[in-house]
Amino acid sequence: MIQYAAIILIVFGLYGLLSNHNIVKMIISLNIIEIGLNIFIISVGFVYDGIAPILTSTNSSSALLYVDPLPQALVLTAIVIGVGTTALGLALAKKIHSKYGTFELDEMGDNE
Amino acid sequence: MKNIIAFVLSVALGVLMVLSLTNNDWFAQFGYADLTDRVSQSYIDKSVTGTPGEIIFGVTSNPEDGAANIVTSIVVDYRSFDTLGEVTVLFISALGVALLLSSEDKNKRLQLNFKPNFMLRVGSRALFSIILMTGVYVILHGHLTPGGGFPGGTMIASSILLLYLADDQFRAKVKGFKLLEGVAGSFYVVIGLLGLLVASYFLQNFLPTGTVGDLFSAGIIPIVYILIGLKVGSEIAGIIDNFLTEEEVSL
Amino acid sequence: MTLTDIIMAVVSVLLLGIAFMAVSSKKLIKGVIFLSALSMLSVVSYVLMKAPDVALTEAVIGSGMVTALFVFTLLSIDKGATK
Repeated sequence: MIQYAAIILIVFGLYGLLSNHNIVKMIISLNIIEIGLNIFIISVGFVYDGIAPILTSTNSSSALLYVDPLPQALVLTAIVIGVGTTALGLALAKKIHSKYGTFELDEMGDNE
Repeated sequence: MKNIIAFVLSVALGVLMVLSLTNNDWFAQFGYADLTDRVSQSYIDKSVTGTPGEIIFGVTSNPEDGAANIVTSIVVDYRSFDTLGEVTVLFISALGVALLLSSEDKNKRLQLNFKPNFMLRVGSRALFSIILMTGVYVILHGHLTPGGGFPGGTMIASSILLLYLADDQFRAKVKGFKLLEGVAGSFYVVIGLLGLLVASYFLQNFLPTGTVGDLFSAGIIPIVYILIGLKVGSEIAGIIDNFLTEEEVSL
Repeated sequence: MTLTDIIMAVVSVLLLGIAFMAVSSKKLIKGVIFLSALSMLSVVSYVLMKAPDVALTEAVIGSGMVTALFVFTLLSIDKGATK
């Protein structure tokens, strides 16, 4: 099921974050954690025969069976914040490469 | 050795999360959630401060919050303070990128070793206008169809990314983007303060909400989404411009 | 097992396979491409769980912005090699 797949995605992302030595691979693993987390939050609000939470001319009443709209509002915010975090991390990685010449953590630190 | 410790820690966290799913006192089973136990039922019935009865598309007039898209009414009206916090976080990250990656005024584009040819440079202008129109449509109809300010603003930034990729010497007007971003963000706070002065609390929906389903309905929700769309679009365009320029290297 | 359950099971297996290849790849550009494919599969699972707002936002951001930012960062390494 999707809930177990999302939890295993978070585990993969955490293992990749802890055991990689390359800065860009660490940022990729951080994005994998965020994707898994967003899938898990939306799967909490799923109802099996529900419809999408929008009033249209065919589903025009508010007394039908709807999918939970509150986790979708939270995930909308979380996706955009993830983009902001990734952009700042990549700008830092670019400045590190222009100063030290490499992305690996083991080859830096020749100044002290 | 470090890899083994990382592996054990990650698997322990995963086992803890899976075990907490099977205790069905706090977590309903996947797909069988009961909405009447949660607060979302009063968001669907639009009955947070009163009981108006059943909401019907095209018939009900002046409900508590007139958006037909229930997720939009949560993001912009019922929990609008969280959206203000998110706009602040995006602003801080764009500020950080601009502090790290820009220097004086006379930068030039990053010199790579491929050159786009004439057909690509001219033909991408037609596609640019189509993507821009799609972005504006998604922003304006945010309270009737899925979408809203955040994907619409990112579509506007994608159209500017297309122009950057297709032409080797193109640079947008970055000063205009920064001015637009600041003005749009401050107008959002000004609208919130207007709600405090005219009605009773910060960011209240003080314009009349018309019939559910019209284009001109739902109070201040379209105005707030236009401001958010402009702000997000100009921020991401500024980030892209910072990534693709470099200083003048004097050899 | 309805049709929705079968498609959700197939998407879950694909998600795990692509995530494993993204974490354990040797070259950086392969990891970035697998991340973009993972984002596209997550859009499919959002549509299956009846969430159109979230699917539209993730489709635009995951394929347009994040992949482009990663590629721009990786391009600035090669520039130093060809000088």
